[in-house]
Amino acid sequence: MNNYALVVIIVIYLSVLFYIAFLAEKRKKSKWVNNPYVYTLSLAVYCSAWTYYGSVGIAADSGIEFLPIYLGPVIAAPLWILVLRQVIRISNQHKISSIADFISLRYGNNRFLGALVTLICLFGTIPYISLQLKAVSETFAIMSDSSSYVSTRIFDDSTFYIALLLAVFATFFGTQKADASEKYTGIIASVAFESILKLVFFLIIGIYVTYYLFDGTSDIYNKIATTDNFNELTMLSGLEDGFNWFFLIALSFMAIFLLPRQFQVSVLENNREKHLKKAIWLFPLYLFLFNLFVIFIAWAGKITFGDNANAEYYSLLLPIENSNTFLASLVFIGGFSAVISMVVVSTLALSIMVSNNLIIPYGFLDKFIKNQTERNAKSIKNIRRISIFSIIIIAYFFYITFSKELSLYSIGLISFTVISQLAPSFFIGLYWNRGSSKGAIIGIIIGFCISIYTLVLPFTLEAFTGSDDFTQHGLYGIAALKPYALFGLDFLRPPAHAFFWSILFNMLAYLFFSVITKGNYRERNYAEMFVDSKNFTALQDSALVWKGEAYVADIKNVLVRFLGDYKASRALRLFFTKYKLPQDTQLADARLINFSEKLLTGSIGSASAKILIASVVKEEQISLREVLRILEESKENIVSNKILIQKSDELSQLSSKLKDANQELVVKDKQKDEFLDSVAHELKTPITGIRAATELLMDDEDDMPKEIKKQFLKNILQDSDRLGRLINNILDFEKLETGRLRLNMEYTDIQETINKAVANTQHIAAKKGIIIHIKNVHRFKLEFDEDRILQVFTNLISNAIKFCEPKIGRIEIDYKLGNNALEISVTDNGKGIPAEDIAYVFDKFYQSQHQNTIKPEGSGLGLAITRQIIEKHNGKIWTDKDIKIGAKFVFTLPIS
Amino acid sequence: MMHKILIVDDEPNIVMSLEYAFKKKGFEVFIARDGSEALEIVENHIPDIVLLDIMMPNVDGYQTLQQIKNKPLLQATKVVFLTAKNRASDIEKGLKLGADKYLTKPFSIKKIVSEIQELLT
Repeated sequence: MNNYALVVIIVIYLSVLFYIAFLAEKRKKSKWVNNPYVYTLSLAVYCSAWTYYGSVGIAADSGIEFLPIYLGPVIAAPLWILVLRQVIRISNQHKISSIADFISLRYGNNRFLGALVTLICLFGTIPYISLQLKAVSETFAIMSDSSSYVSTRIFDDSTFYIALLLAVFATFFGTQKADASEKYTGIIASVAFESILKLVFFLIIGIYVTYYLFDGTSDIYNKIATTDNFNELTMLSGLEDGFNWFFLIALSFMAIFLLPRQFQVSVLENNREKHLKKAIWLFPLYLFLFNLFVIFIAWAGKITFGDNANAEYYSLLLPIENSNTFLASLVFIGGFSAVISMVVVSTLALSIMVSNNLIIPYGFLDKFIKNQTERNAKSIKNIRRISIFSIIIIAYFFYITFSKELSLYSIGLISFTVISQLAPSFFIGLYWNRGSSKGAIIGIIIGFCISIYTLVLPFTLEAFTGSDDFTQHGLYGIAALKPYALFGLDFLRPPAHAFFWSILFNMLAYLFFSVITKGNYRERNYAEMFVDSKNFTALQDSALVWKGEAYVADIKNVLVRFLGDYKASRALRLFFTKYKLPQDTQLADARLINFSEKLLTGSIGSASAKILIASVVKEEQISLREVLRILEESKENIVSNKILIQKSDELSQLSSKLKDANQELVVKDKQKDEFLDSVAHELKTPITGIRAATELLMDDEDDMPKEIKKQFLKNILQDSDRLGRLINNILDFEKLETGRLRLNMEYTDIQETINKAVANTQHIAAKKGIIIHIKNVHRFKLEFDEDRILQVFTNLISNAIKFCEPKIGRIEIDYKLGNNALEISVTDNGKGIPAEDIAYVFDKFYQSQHQNTIKPEGSGLGLAITRQIIEKHNGKIWTDKDIKIGAKFVFTLPIS
Repeated sequence: MMHKILIVDDEPNIVMSLEYAFKKKGFEVFIARDGSEALEIVENHIPDIVLLDIMMPNVDGYQTLQQIKNKPLLQATKVVFLTAKNRASDIEKGLKLGADKYLTKPFSIKKIVSEIQELLT
């Protein structure tokens, strides 16, 4: 393909990315850019050109050794829920903007440590970026058919211009705001898009090679199985290889947390903790898909080209060999995507570190104090822009100096090994509060030196001197100092070997110096906050222990320099409101110090923020013991607060219970009043009758006609009976209602009870010409209180008699076996119960509005008592609503 | 002139005594067992006085009183409550609604008769 066509493709593709980033930046809040899928895809920035091209190379030369680099992250993924979540929480709370910031804050805003971490990251990442440039340059060469990979003059080299383009892209979206802790939504969206492209194109080429160029996986396998060293490539050769694998897995396990670009996407760009839940299975799935065809492409390339081509570019060479330029272009674009996302995110992360942890705290602070807000923001942005360009240019020079001879794979491993030196201070520091800054610094330096000695020095010396004396015989010819077989450890391959020794000494130094030194109070303070992050998140700004003298006005002055007047005033106003302090507070407390440091951290890093704030306040030294005491107190406060809240909850629950109980009492009281009222009314009625009739009889004895006299006497008798009945009913009802009534349960034949009830009421029925019929004549014995059930029957039958028409009235008593109960019914053919009364017939003193019977018959308590007796027997009573003519009362008596 | 009295109560025994007593004193006596019956009778006979129970089925004493008071024809008719409800609040409610007297059960026949006669003079 022609050079210009290729450049056009690259430019078009870059503009697409610009557009995506631009759109995403414009719609920051949209669901499209804030979801777990974009988050997961952005994590796939892990898969750089190394994965895209390098894996195939390794698969072809060394078999399945490409796998451990992906197994580490897969093993790490489930742990994200624990480790990464804690890191994310801490980072959000303290407005962390890079891994250097994170580590330096953990060890008490240690400025030197922040700078050291930044240097390690630079050392680790620059070769890695150069690796990406190498891949672009070499694939560009393959695509454009030019014979040499790199031109002799820089400005003729297309790679140089591509590097510049990448720098422009990173600068444009990476340095829009001075506050580095803000999210880079645009860049993340473009990275996610690129992650889709590179995966899809890699799968396409995999399928093309496996199923189009060959007849599927078994075809490739059968063909490759005939080559000479096939067995070597597909097997682990004993324990030694096992160790190699183990260390490579451990190495990549650490890298997924520590690589600056991974920290950027997984921690700093995390919008919601819950996105992690999807990522922990989606990301391993992504890696799995990516590695699916690696081995087949590698074998296919080997079968096709033998040893005559660079195995790393098989995926590109295979379609070209088969004249499929289109597919080759797709592969090229996919690889280019992998490069762009890695370079952009890495340089962005590095530039923030360089500005916030290296340049600003070591030289620019004095200047910032004097300058105005806008100039400060501008300076910060410029520092970052220059950093991005410098990093890419340095990477470019690294590439033309070293990378031409090295494979993608070995450069990648050098990067990983260097970066992994941060592991002890990062991981152990997260869980061990004794870890100190001295330990961290010494550990990192020792580990770094060892990794340089065992990994970087050999090939550098070879590159410059052309002799491999150093590698073969060791420093000064001492065999124990051979860089690839330190202290006689000769069975590991160089990367695993370097990793083993460097991490071992790094960790030992870290532990040793942490144990023998005590950090200052600030360091211990942050150590507690990181390790016990759960407790201290709740403490918020009071988690920082600070003692001294400071004025709000001074602090505000500093804030204004970086945030501007408006933002600084607003932040302070919010702070005072949050802690319920007067807006004109003059003396600053620890919370304000902590709050202000956090505000500045985003712009200039934690170390600089501490120095700046310290410059305007007069701090007193506090003893370590005092720090721990204050922290303990704060924690206790939280606990006692929690207890208070709990107690107050309990109290309010109790009070609402009391209210309910009181309400119930009021209702009961009212019910009792109503009951007494009704009782009084019911008692007064017959007494009134008796009194009136008696008075008349007494006064009018002489003139009163005989039949009227007789009628009055009859009335008196009737009212007296009614009174007696009423009193009995009231007593019964009261006994049942208060539960004082004891049932006299006995095995009794229900048939006999029914017969007795009918006998009791027969004379009234007969008087009205009403027939009572017992339908079921079988005997059935069960346990009940006969007197009470007799009362129930009498009540129901008398009711029925009351509502039946004379002469034609008919009452039917029936029973049958129901579900664990005897179901007894009393049915009449009277006028029935009006629909609106059905719900109330069992209420005490309820009298139907339609009741037109002669009054003295009822007490208003009959059905209420009936219901209570049945319920006391654990039975139920109801009226059958389906009946058309008359009324049907049904009740149950449980058997057993 | 013969006074007309309407006795409204759902207790037949009580009605019987009152009817006897008032007839003997020369009243023309009408009887209703509840409010709705009472309202029919007052329309037709325009009694001088209505002796009204409160707790009755269908239309209760309060409603009956209000309807009587609303009829222009019955402006002269006096209404006396005769009820077992004897709480102060009940009495107050009855008088507020416009009853001319509030008498409670149980009662002395002689006293009822004299109260009614007093009301009519």
